[in-house]
Amino acid sequence: MTGPPPAIEAVDVSRTYQLDGVSVEALRGVSLTVRPGDHVALVGPSGSGKSTLMHLLGGLDRPSGGRLVIGGRDVSVLSPPEMATLRNETIGFVFQAFHLLPRTSAVENVALPLVYRGVSARQRRERAAAMLGRVGLGHRLDHRPNQMSGGEQQRVAIARALVTEPTVLLADEPTGNLDSVTGAAVLELLEQLNAESGVALVMVTHDQEVAARAQRRITMRDGVVVADSDAPHDRPLSVDHGRPETLVPAPSAEPRSVSGSGPGHPSGGSGGAAGATGRLPHRPAPADATPTPASGRGADDADAVTNGGSGS
Amino acid sequence: MRVAEAWRVALDALRANRLRSALTMLGVIIGVASVVLLVAIGTGTKQKVEQQVEGLGSNLLLVVPGKIEVGTAPVVSPLTLKDVDAVSRVVGDPQRVAVTVASGATARAGARSDFTTVQGVLETTPAVFTRSLARGRYLTGTDVDTSRRVAVLGDSVARALFPDRDPLGQQVTLAGVRFRVIGVFAPLGQSLGVDRDDEVHVPVTAAQRLWGTQRVDGIAVKAPDRERIDELGERIVAELNRRHPDTEFSAVTQQQILGVLGDILGVLTGVLTAIAGISLLVGGVGVSNIMLVSVRERTREIGLRKAVGARPRDIGVQFLLEAVLLTTIGGLTGMALGVGTALLVDALSPIPAAITWWSLALAFGVSAAVGIVFGVVPAQRAGRLDPVVALRAE
Ligand SMILES: Nc1ncnc2c1ncn2[C@@H]1O[C@H](COP(=O)(O)OP(=O)(O)OP(=O)(O)O)[C@@H](O)[C@H]1O
Ligand SMILES: [Mg+2]
Repeated sequence: MTGPPPAIEAVDVSRTYQLDGVSVEALRGVSLTVRPGDHVALVGPSGSGKSTLMHLLGGLDRPSGGRLVIGGRDVSVLSPPEMATLRNETIGFVFQAFHLLPRTSAVENVALPLVYRGVSARQRRERAAAMLGRVGLGHRLDHRPNQMSGGEQQRVAIARALVTEPTVLLADEPTGNLDSVTGAAVLELLEQLNAESGVALVMVTHDQEVAARAQRRITMRDGVVVADSDAPHDRPLSVDHGRPETLVPAPSAEPRSVSGSGPGHPSGGSGGAAGATGRLPHRPAPADATPTPASGRGADDADAVTNGGSGS
Repeated sequence: MRVAEAWRVALDALRANRLRSALTMLGVIIGVASVVLLVAIGTGTKQKVEQQVEGLGSNLLLVVPGKIEVGTAPVVSPLTLKDVDAVSRVVGDPQRVAVTVASGATARAGARSDFTTVQGVLETTPAVFTRSLARGRYLTGTDVDTSRRVAVLGDSVARALFPDRDPLGQQVTLAGVRFRVIGVFAPLGQSLGVDRDDEVHVPVTAAQRLWGTQRVDGIAVKAPDRERIDELGERIVAELNRRHPDTEFSAVTQQQILGVLGDILGVLTGVLTAIAGISLLVGGVGVSNIMLVSVRERTREIGLRKAVGARPRDIGVQFLLEAVLLTTIGGLTGMALGVGTALLVDALSPIPAAITWWSLALAFGVSAAVGIVFGVVPAQRAGRLDPVVALRAE
């Protein structure tokens, strides 16, 4: 194996939820590797386990089985505070629901991850302001979320995800709450940042056109990966073939084509089942297929165990 | 850095819910204010009692038959003036020994009458008890020796019987016997709820004749020096026990009286303060409750903070600070309210109140502790929230 070490490596990970005594197998043996600079689209029907996988990849949750290594660290040996630090240092999240703090200015929202990194107030503001500039909101520093449009709010959230200079940006349906024009602009921004800064982008999308622009597309169904392909070649892989050797990116992040170029037909050429689901256009505020987000998981809660010793 | 953020966020949360925060604080405010007020009243009362007991005269030793204990029945005194002479010999100076034989009696002057306490005393009383006269003279040794029917009136009695006349030289009838007024005491005021000016002093010999008795109720000694006062008391008691083997005697000093009174007041203050403390506890439960609400309301915020790198402890500290801020701001307000009320009570009512720094420090400490105790459960709950679940919360 050559090339840089993987940013995230999942080997045969599973995730089982306990719901009123019934086991729900949201993930059943998923293997995949995210390398620095990757541009991955994660597609699949509702309930196929995309969000569950994203939570695992971001260290928000722990697998019930299998091996998960984030930023070179095996999460099974990390305490909750160590997981928090790992998230802070290596992962940036962009949520469908933005999740900005209310009554808090854009620049302070963006600076939030730096607070937990111990950066001084002045530096936080400087870096957050610079990041807001990069997402085109240099003129909205002191606006509060309720004073901004949805697209602007999501840009603030993107700036917040990137202000720590993470290696991976995880975006779960980042345009799900936006209209198509605004959504397209946000996607363009994400793709541009991925191309420019070399941060790996893993994005859940229901838009085949968007998925087709990705360098690589992973299709899920019923908790397993049914296809993992390069977008240009659109070549389905066997389920357990988690490391396509063709995917080693060029060491220097030279501009990948951001426009929806080449063979990725809008109709979505991916064969079989994956294509069928992708045809759903923008789902306006999708009703989550999750029955109850209530936690019935007891002991393996990601942060359930407080580790008194670590951290300062 | 992280702690600064926790402060900022906690303050922000309180500000965002002004009314709710204020109402939650109210419980703590009332609790702390009542604790401060009650401790102030307890302290003030104790100080005043101490002053008054000290005001009886210094190095005072009271000798009475029976035991001085709460709940023991008074004993009929076997003491006579012969015993007083014996005590004087033990003390070595008759001028330092005073006696009393007292009884309630109606005093009349013309058409006016007043029920008062008539005390049969020796001429030494003013020196032993540090009493001074407003007018006239006090009893003399001759008055006592010849059981002359002369009387010195307390200020209240003088006012009641002679509201518009000079009492000096006037006649008063005590229990049907006429006495001539030779002096009037300077007013003393109230002591422990008793009007100390409501008394008439007559020669002990005249009083004994009046009531047909030889007895003396008690003996007071002004000890020559403070260091040997206990030893003197023991010697006096020994002498009296020798003379009256069937009776127990007690000699108590001012310090002992102060101790007993202080204990009683201390228990009273303690009980009242404990009751006030319960209201503080109730305030704490309110804080706990509102913190749980706060955690629930901000579950998504907690999830987001965790997603971007907040550790469980960062979240916990944030909520704990919020609780502690609630109770300490409430505590400071309650202290101000308690101090203000205590000052008003002291100024406008006969109840004395004195603020002590330790009670304020205690009140502040307790309110902070209440915040920690009642904030820790909600804070822990917040800190342990699963980020995925928290992010999905409604
Ligand atoms: N907290 C939970 N408790 C129980 N079951 C859960 C929980 N979260 C998810 N699931 C189940 O796990 C499966 C995968 O859910 P997940 O949210 O990952 O799907 P998804 O692919 O993101 O769907 P969508 O496209 O609708 O967002 C679903 O069957 C869901 O019901
Ligand atoms: Mg999802």
